[in-house]
Amino acid sequence: MRDVAVIGVGITKFGELWDKSFRQLIAEAGAKAILDSGIEGKDIDEMYVGSMSSGRFVGQEHVGALVADASGFSNLHIPSTRVEGACASSGMAVRQGYLSIASGINDIVVVGGMEKMNDVSGASATETLATAADQEWEAFFGATFPGLYAMIATRHMHEYGTTKEQLAQVAVKNHANGALNPYAQYQREITLEQAINATPVAYPLGLLDCSPVTDGAASIVLCAVEKAKKYRDNPVKIIGSSQGSDSLALHGRRDICTLDATVHAANMAYKQANLKPKDIEIAEVHDCFTIAEICAIEDLGFVKKGEGGKAIDNKITPRDGSLPVNTSGGLKAKGHPVGATGVAQIIEIVLQLQGRAEKRQIKNARIGLAHNVGGSGATSTVHIMEAM
Amino acid sequence: MENVGIISYGANIPRWRIKVEDIASIWGKDGKTISNGLGIIEKSVPSRDQDTATISVEAARAALKRTDINPQDIGAIYIGSESHPYAVKPTGTIVGEAIGATPDLMVADYEFACKAGTAAIQTCTALVKAGMIKYGLAVGADTSQAAPGDALEYSASAGGAAFIIGKDNIIANINNTCSFTTDTPDFWRRAERKYPSHGGRFTGAPAYFKHVSNCANNIMKMAGTKPEDYTYAIFHQPNGKFPVSVAKKLGFTYDQIKQGLLVPYIGNTYSGASLLGLASVLDVAKPGDRIFLTSYGSGAGSDGFDITVTEKIKNLNRDRAPSVHQMIEDKEYIDYGMYTKITELLYWE
Repeated sequence: MRDVAVIGVGITKFGELWDKSFRQLIAEAGAKAILDSGIEGKDIDEMYVGSMSSGRFVGQEHVGALVADASGFSNLHIPSTRVEGACASSGMAVRQGYLSIASGINDIVVVGGMEKMNDVSGASATETLATAADQEWEAFFGATFPGLYAMIATRHMHEYGTTKEQLAQVAVKNHANGALNPYAQYQREITLEQAINATPVAYPLGLLDCSPVTDGAASIVLCAVEKAKKYRDNPVKIIGSSQGSDSLALHGRRDICTLDATVHAANMAYKQANLKPKDIEIAEVHDCFTIAEICAIEDLGFVKKGEGGKAIDNKITPRDGSLPVNTSGGLKAKGHPVGATGVAQIIEIVLQLQGRAEKRQIKNARIGLAHNVGGSGATSTVHIMEAM
Repeated sequence: MENVGIISYGANIPRWRIKVEDIASIWGKDGKTISNGLGIIEKSVPSRDQDTATISVEAARAALKRTDINPQDIGAIYIGSESHPYAVKPTGTIVGEAIGATPDLMVADYEFACKAGTAAIQTCTALVKAGMIKYGLAVGADTSQAAPGDALEYSASAGGAAFIIGKDNIIANINNTCSFTTDTPDFWRRAERKYPSHGGRFTGAPAYFKHVSNCANNIMKMAGTKPEDYTYAIFHQPNGKFPVSVAKKLGFTYDQIKQGLLVPYIGNTYSGASLLGLASVLDVAKPGDRIFLTSYGSGAGSDGFDITVTEKIKNLNRDRAPSVHQMIEDKEYIDYGMYTKITELLYWE
């Protein structure tokens, strides 16, 4: 199996992008990644793109070909495939691109992810997102994602004494990081008081515990490691790529406070990279809700189960902590265009490992991890990257 | 070219008010949060015998009371509203007859969401400037509709203002006016639908803020002015946040906008909103004061005005009609039960 590196990244501004269409977004992210990598269209062997629900959000399916077309490559007839796994769609697309190069079939693959969510009403967006839950057993009975994650949160509070204030700390931290990210939807800090007293959504989650509805696209260029230095001096090597699955519905889980799909994916990735959780220096984790970041850092092995709520007080996850988490602002502040999130997380790690993260740069970071979740934890991808 | 401007003005706001918190409590929402979020404390509610026609008549009569012009010299009436009582049959004829301006009179009803009233001022200004009429009466008035439980229910209210436009005894000279218009479907009401629909957050940045900002910048460019040149600034006020935010972005201070910012106390009077703000400013304006006005109508467009108050405002009998402030203070609260009755949420065959 061949090693694979990231040689280019491109991301659009995340936010309410009323004046940009779905295809403009992906074309912009793709063009930026290609320019950043130094490749040309004819160098691309294959493309993979993650999109959760373009059909419901903008009425457009068949987005594999659309992405190649919108990028100006229709005449090159590049194979282009859409990958769907709810909010983990583009984490999975990265893995498909990775596997196709590792297998020896491809040398250069462009991977993208995008979602344009603001063209439908908030209620319609919530309903569309709920299609990632179990329709028969959850959505049909009225469960939405805030409700499902609220159940995880209340159980976590009951089992481990996690507090609403600890949830709020996650939002405050991620907003402080987002304030430094020029691509973030919310480039402003919030106070603990604001986060605790925000409009209730589903107890214990308030408005500021929830990631927003976002438009945006992100793209990366993957290349076989032996050819990567031809394009740039500082490619970032993917040293672990894994994926796990679990029951679609929350009630099918062994423990609703643990995302076993993440535990499984993390174990596989650590094994492949020959690393332990303590070796990770920086991480982007899937904080679709504040409780999700708390569960993620536990499930990834950064802290013990039940200790996630204390990670900020214990100075682990802040920017100046021992393992900075979500320096991009996370899904909470950077925004969560569901299909784009997995690639956007990898971009943040790449920028950090290359020393290109500007105001939010973590000094001397060499090894980073990106963690992307679909639904309430039925799919999880983990990628571990190392500076070259 | 001769100056054209406002000769007189009048306003009308229904007496009844309902508190935003009372509406919120019916829907199980936190009233204080909603009230703070929207920047609206209470809104005016029309009684069952008040509509756009009666509000327009009251406002026009107030304008006539303050001056001594002969209603027969009014050559045109344009009423801007999105709640004309009839789908077919003009409101303007009712107003024309009521104030004694018929029959040698041009009349048409205007609709451009919340900016039809300022469009009426532009038409009257042009007709006077062209010499086709001596005086024109422009009115913006609404008894706006909101579906029960919709976000608009907290803001949609009633009121209106009337302006007589002419060349002699101008109290406020209209130095410049321009419009910024695109096809932007942020808010609409289809024919025969009782309540409007809207695009949620799409009504913000790409709609209100884009049109108001562009129009405001264009009018300042046309006039060669800067925000600090104005004594007062008035912006369309669908809620308490948008006008404050757009004013700040454009470089106006809160002191410049507060006299014309009425939405916290009466809600969004739609076609009446920016014009009631102008009436409120004219209630206190002194010669030499410069007034900046930008309306907004969904669909979408903005009309901008650069206005200078003249010495003649001293001669206007402003006290002959109640001031906007007096009308805001002269209020009586109703509860949601009464509100449902008078807004015809309760009806039967």
